[in-house]
Amino acid sequence: MSQPTAIEAPAGRQPAVVTRIAPSHGWLDLRLRQIWDYRDLLYFLVWRDIKVRYKQTVLGAMWAILQPVLTMVVFSIFFGKLAGVKSDALPYPIFVFCGLLPWQLFAYALNESGNSLVTNRALITKVYFPRLIIPIAAVLGGVPDFAIAFLVMVLLMLLYGIFPTGWILLTLPALVVFALITALAVGVWLSALNVEYRDVRYTIPFLTQIWFFATPIAYPSSLLPESVRAIYGINPMAGVVDGFRWALLGGSPPGPLLGVSIITVVVVLVTGLIYFRRMERTFADVI
Amino acid sequence: MSEVAIRVENLGKQYRLGPRERYKALRDVLANPFRRSPPAETFWALRDVSFEVQRGEVVGVIGRNGAGKSTLLKILSQITEPTTGSAEIHGRVGSLLEVGTGFHPELTGRENIFLNGAILGMRKKEIESKFDEIVAFAEVEKFIDTPVKHYSSGMRMRLAFAVAAHLEPEILLVDEVLAVGDASFQKKCLGKMGDVAKQGRTVLFVSHNMGAIEVLCHRAFLLEEGKLFAEGPPKPVIQQYLASLPCITDAPKKLQSVDREVEIEAVILRSADGQPANVFSPGESITIELLYHAKRPVARPALWVVISSRWGAICGADMLLDDCRPERLDGRGLIRCTFHNLRLMPHQTFVIRLGGYAADGHTLLFPSTEIAHFQVEGSARDAGYSGAMADSLLERFAPVIVPYQWEFETARSNKQITLPRK
Repeated sequence: MSQPTAIEAPAGRQPAVVTRIAPSHGWLDLRLRQIWDYRDLLYFLVWRDIKVRYKQTVLGAMWAILQPVLTMVVFSIFFGKLAGVKSDALPYPIFVFCGLLPWQLFAYALNESGNSLVTNRALITKVYFPRLIIPIAAVLGGVPDFAIAFLVMVLLMLLYGIFPTGWILLTLPALVVFALITALAVGVWLSALNVEYRDVRYTIPFLTQIWFFATPIAYPSSLLPESVRAIYGINPMAGVVDGFRWALLGGSPPGPLLGVSIITVVVVLVTGLIYFRRMERTFADVI
Repeated sequence: MSEVAIRVENLGKQYRLGPRERYKALRDVLANPFRRSPPAETFWALRDVSFEVQRGEVVGVIGRNGAGKSTLLKILSQITEPTTGSAEIHGRVGSLLEVGTGFHPELTGRENIFLNGAILGMRKKEIESKFDEIVAFAEVEKFIDTPVKHYSSGMRMRLAFAVAAHLEPEILLVDEVLAVGDASFQKKCLGKMGDVAKQGRTVLFVSHNMGAIEVLCHRAFLLEEGKLFAEGPPKPVIQQYLASLPCITDAPKKLQSVDREVEIEAVILRSADGQPANVFSPGESITIELLYHAKRPVARPALWVVISSRWGAICGADMLLDDCRPERLDGRGLIRCTFHNLRLMPHQTFVIRLGGYAADGHTLLFPSTEIAHFQVEGSARDAGYSGAMADSLLERFAPVIVPYQWEFETARSNKQITLPRK
């Protein structure tokens, strides 16, 4: 659409910012640099989402604890005890909680980012900024909840006496970032589609549910035969959950499964960004 | 030598004109993946517009609703892309298409200043350094840590404008923000706009407030049907604009009585300040002025005027009802009818009809005739509605705003909400 560039102004004067506005052609210029220029806005949008959410709910931060803990209890009773689902020699409660931890971060980020453009309609029609800021901010909004739930994880680890091995623990932040990028990759697609096709809003909860059962949270990925396990990595959250268990609870590293996950995410993210850029031009007219 | 701040060349924006279907349902696409939707009708909201604005110039943009003013600002603010042509802007741009964009009711005044500032493109440091000034300008010191939902609409408006007024871009694009708030606040805003102009910044300013355009601007652009119709010093351009409005019908088709003895020579709509207008805001008074010429004396005629929306008549004044009649029409004279505090829905067009009977009350003097149109403008928020879709609903909703109230009663609680929130 436009490209603010610094050009040389007449001698003795500061270079002026020149914005050129013209119909855009081509779709390979993703203008990611602009996101950096607008980092303050990104910061305030994330801050707004977090602040408003904790202000509006009675239990506030308690939700971040209650949700995974109650899910863990229910799963432990039905899957762990009654159905006797295996849990890679780990106590089932901590096994399932360790899977829920990144999952809830991901599910929240996916839902929020998928709906983000439509909820921020007022901003899009009245102010200019790189639109990508909106789904990115939505994805980041779930991090405090994750941090709180992580404290519960630490408690559980102390309770069960499971301690991670030092250096592997360092992969954890990378896994968190990977979960967020996965959510962003899908969220970028969904949010842009949502502008044009409002049914997307209704498919997100359904998608999240299916995805949940396709991810080794309530069961270990070792249930799958070795031969297909790498293909299972096409679901990037399988890589993240396996990675989390490996980093926090020990056991075997995710291996080729994680590699496949990374490739999948890169493909989804890049195509998503291209699609988003193409649609971005008409967001304000269609939304 | 002057420098160019904004250069616009052959700018055009085409919109698809469809049945009111802004977004598609996935179902339809899936059901007919290969059938292309029928070629939609299109129209040009802006067509072949070219102009230059010099650095330090303040330019007013006027024109009827739908003339392309807002589209022009939206393109220059990069909210939407042009279909044809190009524009070049030299300098940092700040655009103000709405006051208080992104305000969140749950956040405090302090928090909203930061959020809104960032949305308008200010850096965090910049907001911090101007924070005290903004609070002082808005006169909300005491309530700065109160959630904005508890603010009165006036306070919210002041705060929002204060943030916007402290934006310091080299080029400012402003759309109709001064049309809101009470008179004293409007004056303050105009003062601030004047300061901005004096500091040598470039301003492009869309307004229906002809007084403000005349006082503040060095130059004016008149847009009509997407084209740049006239440009030049504000006064002649404004005159040209007013002359083109249907609110002043210099009897294009002669409005005559049945016996051709009385003629309505002109119909002028005026706002409360006496200025000719064809755009009003909700709650404003509207004066309908009829200049007549009676070639023979007519005693005690019974005239009526009725204001209608697309849904039908909504209010009127009928001399047969109120029994206020002019004793006699003879030669040239004036009849004025003022409707006070007309709370009409923004984004709608209204029609005024006139008719009349002779002294006996049943001999037809004037057949019912459309004499003028006017628009009501403003945002949903100004009218007191905060629903997410409110702005797009206004034009289709019932045309008169009457205060009302919702009550939600359950066994444990009873919540009352009085509307519109004004």
